[in-house]
Amino acid sequence: MKDLGQRVLDGEQRAIAKMITLSENNSPEAAREMKVLHPASGRAQIIGITGVMGAGKSTLVSELAMEYRKMGKTVGIIAIDPTSPFTGGALLGDRIRMTKLTEDEGIFIRSMGTRGMLGGLTSAVYDVVEIMDAAGKDIIMVETVGVGQAEVDIIKIADTTVVVLVPGLGDSIQAIKAGIMEIADIYVVNKADRPGFDRIMAEIESLVDLTTEAGKRSIPIIPTVAKTGEGIAELRASVDEHLELLNGTNEFQANRRRRYEAELIEIIRKRLMNLIFDESIFKERIEGLIDQIEAKEKDPYSAAEEILSQVLK
Amino acid sequence: MEGKIRVLVAKPGLDGHDRGAKIVARALRDAGMEVIYTGLHQTAEMIVQTAIQEDVKVVGLSLLSGAHMTLFTDVTRILKEKGMDDVLVLGGGIIPEDDIPKLRESGIKGIFGPGTPMDDIVSFIKENVEE
Repeated sequence: MKDLGQRVLDGEQRAIAKMITLSENNSPEAAREMKVLHPASGRAQIIGITGVMGAGKSTLVSELAMEYRKMGKTVGIIAIDPTSPFTGGALLGDRIRMTKLTEDEGIFIRSMGTRGMLGGLTSAVYDVVEIMDAAGKDIIMVETVGVGQAEVDIIKIADTTVVVLVPGLGDSIQAIKAGIMEIADIYVVNKADRPGFDRIMAEIESLVDLTTEAGKRSIPIIPTVAKTGEGIAELRASVDEHLELLNGTNEFQANRRRRYEAELIEIIRKRLMNLIFDESIFKERIEGLIDQIEAKEKDPYSAAEEILSQVLK
Repeated sequence: MEGKIRVLVAKPGLDGHDRGAKIVARALRDAGMEVIYTGLHQTAEMIVQTAIQEDVKVVGLSLLSGAHMTLFTDVTRILKEKGMDDVLVLGGGIIPEDDIPKLRESGIKGIFGPGTPMDDIVSFIKENVEE
């Protein structure tokens, strides 16, 4: 049988799926195969879809994927849902809104749990983007968890970041001017048939007016009703237009470099964490040190330094 | 390697009763598994396609309409055709005693009727999934 990496390059579904699992599980085999895949990556267009809970992100992703399929492009979808910090389990339900895509061989969907990562993504997401890219997907969509204000890591991956909002958020737009309201390349107001549509449009328009520098591109606001497909063609056009504007500019280059930087840092972080926390010195000493901290015999900083100096020597 | 057990919980066919499936999905999540839930009205082909892409170790099928003999065995047959015979397939719902041997023969390893304690399903999966 051919190597896993080669089978991924051939676009074989089971190989792609297996490769993603290895990477999620930090297997040494994943590290080996990624060396084969990396040179073949870098061609896909990467679209980030983020927004508040219940904004309709999954339905929007599903419709947008079909729009790209009409143009003959293949699509990879990474749908991220939160992992429980208490049990480590996760209920991954984004596929419920994507059943129309299941039988299309040109679409590959993978659901992922955050597995302890904050920021709206999951640690292996950089690998998974590269895997789908190397497997020949033209478009890769990354759907983040339902975000609050601070989950902005999506910009480290996406060429184009789409922020999805809905009527009824009202004054909260004012409140979330920071965070996710700073990262959009495109705004979508989904569920545009709902009451409160005019108001949220006005709020975002005024925010865009305030933040657009003279002579620069102002961020488009696209109304959609994802459930009926309304506005999806416009969204697709707007995403592609954004990429066209970016192409060949320094910003495009900077985006890609930011992604590689984030990926590199994530790999080092994971390795270091494993090095420290899987180390038996840590496991042997942790309880004793907590006892000492509790008894005020030692402060937490000195305890941490003790462990680090032993593990990293 | 820090693997997690990934489970697909699916409702094949036209039956619209998903309470049981959702309760099982939550119980498996609370047991630390990653559960992919796909909603109602899945064809056997869709279920297998999802199982491949999600690289699950376990597929749990829930059906209360009485069409389990056809739909459950369709799933196991297509899984085999696609070379996914290492996947543990479980069935739940209203399954008459007489059907159980035939279902087992077709590759449904565990069958869980109404009133099954959640812990039974969790430990069955943990015992039967190949690491």
